Amino acid sequence: MEIIYSAAPLYAVLVSLVAIIPIYLSRSNPNLRESWTILAAVAKFFIVLSMVPTVLGGKEIYFKLATAYPGIDIAFKVDSLGLFFALTASFLWILTSFYSIGYVRALKEHAQTRYFICFAGSLSVTMGAAFSANLFTMYIFYEALTLFTYPLIAHEENEEAFRGARIYLIYLLGTSIAFLLPAILFTYFTAGTMDFRLGGIFGDTGGIHSLFFAVIFAFYIAGIAKAGIMPFHSWLPNAMVAPTPVSSLLHAVAVVKMGVFVVLRVILYVFGVDLLKEIGAGAFLAAFACVTIVVSSLIAMRQDNIKARLAYSTISQLSYIVVGAALLSPSGIKASIMHITIHAFSKISLFFWAGAVYVALHKKYISQISGIAKKMPVSMAVFTIGALSLIGIPPLSGFISKYYFVTGAVEAGMLPVAVVFAVSSFLNALYFLPIIYTAYMKPLDAGMDDKVTEAPLAMLIPMCVTAGVAVLLFFFPQVLTNFTDIIVAGLFAE
Amino acid sequence: MNLAVNFPALLVTVPLIFVPVIPLLGLINRKICWYAAVLAITASFAMIMTILAKVSTEGPISYHLGNWAPPIGIEYRIDMLNAFVLAVISFISLVSLLFGKELVEKEVPEYKHPAFYSVFILFVVGMTGMTVTGDLFNVYVFLEITSLSGYALIATSKKRYAPMASFNYLVIGTLAATFIVLGIGYLYMVTGTLNMADLAERIKPLNGSSVVLTAYALILMGILIKMAVFPLHLWLPDAYTYSPSAVSAAMAATSTKVGAYVLIRLMFSVFDIEYHVGSVPITGIIIFFASLSIVMGSVIAIAQTNIKKMLAYSSVGQIGYILLAAAMVNAEALTGGVMHIFSHALMKGGLFFVVGLIVYNIGSERISDFAGIGRRMPFTAAAFTIFSLSIIGIPLTVGFVSKWYLVLGAISSGHWYAIGVILLSSLLTAIYFGKVIFVMYFKGGHDDHGHAPAAKLSEPMGMVIPMAFVAFLCIYFGIFATFPVELAAKAAEAVLGGVTWK
Repeated sequence: MEIIYSAAPLYAVLVSLVAIIPIYLSRSNPNLRESWTILAAVAKFFIVLSMVPTVLGGKEIYFKLATAYPGIDIAFKVDSLGLFFALTASFLWILTSFYSIGYVRALKEHAQTRYFICFAGSLSVTMGAAFSANLFTMYIFYEALTLFTYPLIAHEENEEAFRGARIYLIYLLGTSIAFLLPAILFTYFTAGTMDFRLGGIFGDTGGIHSLFFAVIFAFYIAGIAKAGIMPFHSWLPNAMVAPTPVSSLLHAVAVVKMGVFVVLRVILYVFGVDLLKEIGAGAFLAAFACVTIVVSSLIAMRQDNIKARLAYSTISQLSYIVVGAALLSPSGIKASIMHITIHAFSKISLFFWAGAVYVALHKKYISQISGIAKKMPVSMAVFTIGALSLIGIPPLSGFISKYYFVTGAVEAGMLPVAVVFAVSSFLNALYFLPIIYTAYMKPLDAGMDDKVTEAPLAMLIPMCVTAGVAVLLFFFPQVLTNFTDIIVAGLFAE
Repeated sequence: MNLAVNFPALLVTVPLIFVPVIPLLGLINRKICWYAAVLAITASFAMIMTILAKVSTEGPISYHLGNWAPPIGIEYRIDMLNAFVLAVISFISLVSLLFGKELVEKEVPEYKHPAFYSVFILFVVGMTGMTVTGDLFNVYVFLEITSLSGYALIATSKKRYAPMASFNYLVIGTLAATFIVLGIGYLYMVTGTLNMADLAERIKPLNGSSVVLTAYALILMGILIKMAVFPLHLWLPDAYTYSPSAVSAAMAATSTKVGAYVLIRLMFSVFDIEYHVGSVPITGIIIFFASLSIVMGSVIAIAQTNIKKMLAYSSVGQIGYILLAAAMVNAEALTGGVMHIFSHALMKGGLFFVVGLIVYNIGSERISDFAGIGRRMPFTAAAFTIFSLSIIGIPLTVGFVSKWYLVLGAISSGHWYAIGVILLSSLLTAIYFGKVIFVMYFKGGHDDHGHAPAAKLSEPMGMVIPMAFVAFLCIYFGIFATFPVELAAKAAEAVLGGVTWK
């Protein structure tokens, strides 16, 4: 693989970190402040975009920032998996920025400057994790994201917000220190390196008991609580106390996707498919994730709070991605990577809708939204598209990943997993369709007129864009497969 | 005659000369005492850095006091380990002096200043002397100098309980010193020598002798008290809590570390590191107490409502890391331990100063009274956060570096439960520091009860700059850790190799 040395990944990380300074300095002028956010978001997206031709051309971009300890570098490497994740996150940041502006102004939120600063910081570290060249660098950004998002979750500064934020911190920091850090150290000690390599870094594993690798792998999975695999999932519903734009970008895209992204890195680039097949860890992980898919779908059905239902739906969808990778088959891995983006666009549409409902009508519960389709026709259309996509109905993008997931399960000879996918689609329908039914079919609550009361345009336009992309990806799946094919081709070359 | 050859002696004697001079200068003008003290420590620091550079390129230095050849005469012997520890001690003492000027003015009555600075220099002289010497009895002499000046420094505080804290420390500290001198006496009795290198040779045929065992036990006990390892830590929380902040900072950052150095030196270079008591390896016993200290220190720290007490118990936990590193006997762990001498000195010294400033401003040491500090003292609160993250061991801080090597060392020598202890303590540390940070930033900042936000509190430039400097070092050496890690690795190699010392 040809390697190009360029500082582009560093710029992609830094641009929003640097933007924090002007954002803070222009804190007394909201319009100026927000234009810095938008500027940083657009700049970041284009920097990331500029790397696409190189990576799709089969090359990788490498940049060494510093030597931290003797023999351990802080370095960036842009490959197709990382770029894929970065592209999704940075594109959605632009939309979320506009949406956030509409949201915080409509609700006259307090501490807006802190809000935008932490948002910019979170995106920086997300890029950092996407472009990390080794486990050490990735661990730094993984921890940093937890710290940057804490103030966003505690944003409301009431008892409930502090409680949610505390649980968030304990789960994420606790698991990463207790499990992820030792897993990384054991990997370093055993392999002598921490640099990601497609196909695994352990090299010759002769003489090491497979149980050792199985335990390390279990430590990784337990340590990456951001992926929301049960039993380390309950930080996510608790984090829903955050303002809705935060939930939408961070808890449908940046934080949780960083979790599954790290899981993918560990499966494909640290252990490698062959080693995991040998020790049989794939099936084990798949079992855990399948339980998560079903159980969280069942819990989702019982949630009346809109965001809580979406949160459990996210937990279940994240485990799709984990299962796909754990199948260790070409289609499964392909589906898993594609689903990062497809779920991101579909789920963020749903969260955007939830925020719009809250801003326009101040409703937080499903039982309160009878008939609101009359008042918010555009928002409801967005929700419907997102929900149907996640259920997996053509012609929506969710169908594509689901198709590959099932193919992957068949390829791997794990038919029970295919059954789980089918059951889960059914469960998805069971918890999404009632919302659609309530909003379209039931009469409006007494005392509400049927005048159109949509959210501000700054929120509405990003919603339409995300929903539009969720549809378009069905018709242009090559946007996704261009990236996944490179990874899968590299993995299953022989 | 080349002056640089005499640096090993001068780095102790030059500041020592200042000790009686400073009170005399105080008779002329009390203001110049501080400048004289800074001059003394700077001179010593400059000499130590020269020596560090020389040792790291040319190997260990042996200096014979008054040209009397060892083992008859006193020998100063400097290899990478004590050069590193010396550099840390004198750097931190220097920063404490610069940083502490304002705090000392606030916390110590003005007429005591000449005496204070004089004793402070004596305190530093004692520590550098303990570190530089290659003579066991000399270690004891300097240990007593350090301890006695330490008791005096604690008692300079205006707080009512300070003399009592000082007296407690005096009683326990004297016990420790008695243990140590008894142990040294036993060793002298059976070997007839006090020079450490010579002692190491003569002790070898005596393996298993009950006199040597008793001596080892007594010395170990004495040093563990001086290091405040749980459950021998009882003097420390009061001493740190009731002394002036500048003193707690300097003591927390340096004095227990010197104890750790002496222990490492004795374990590796004098006694055989494979020493067994019956069938129990001495390292096993030390690991047990180190782990106990790490866990208990952290657990007790969580329960504290007084910020200085919390930091003190945190020190009890942190000293356990260094002890643990020494007892695991491998290059990575010892690198981590030596690195932790440096990183803990930076972090804990910084924390005591930051807390000293906050406490001075709000007049309370209760953590619950720190509400709103995040807004009222933004720089100080930010520095506190950086130091805390570093102690917790968040990546990109210097605290993470030492933890990284400690765990790596535990893996490579197969001390599985030590890994658990280190990680558990990280979590516990996160709890008690997280609590304080939470109170500072999220409590009482804006009107909980309809009051207007409280006014900003003073953050004098003279303190913000050194504070920012130390915080910067915490992060700088966390990212670009190659330089200190390589020094620490050389230090670890120096004691583990056994060749370079002997």
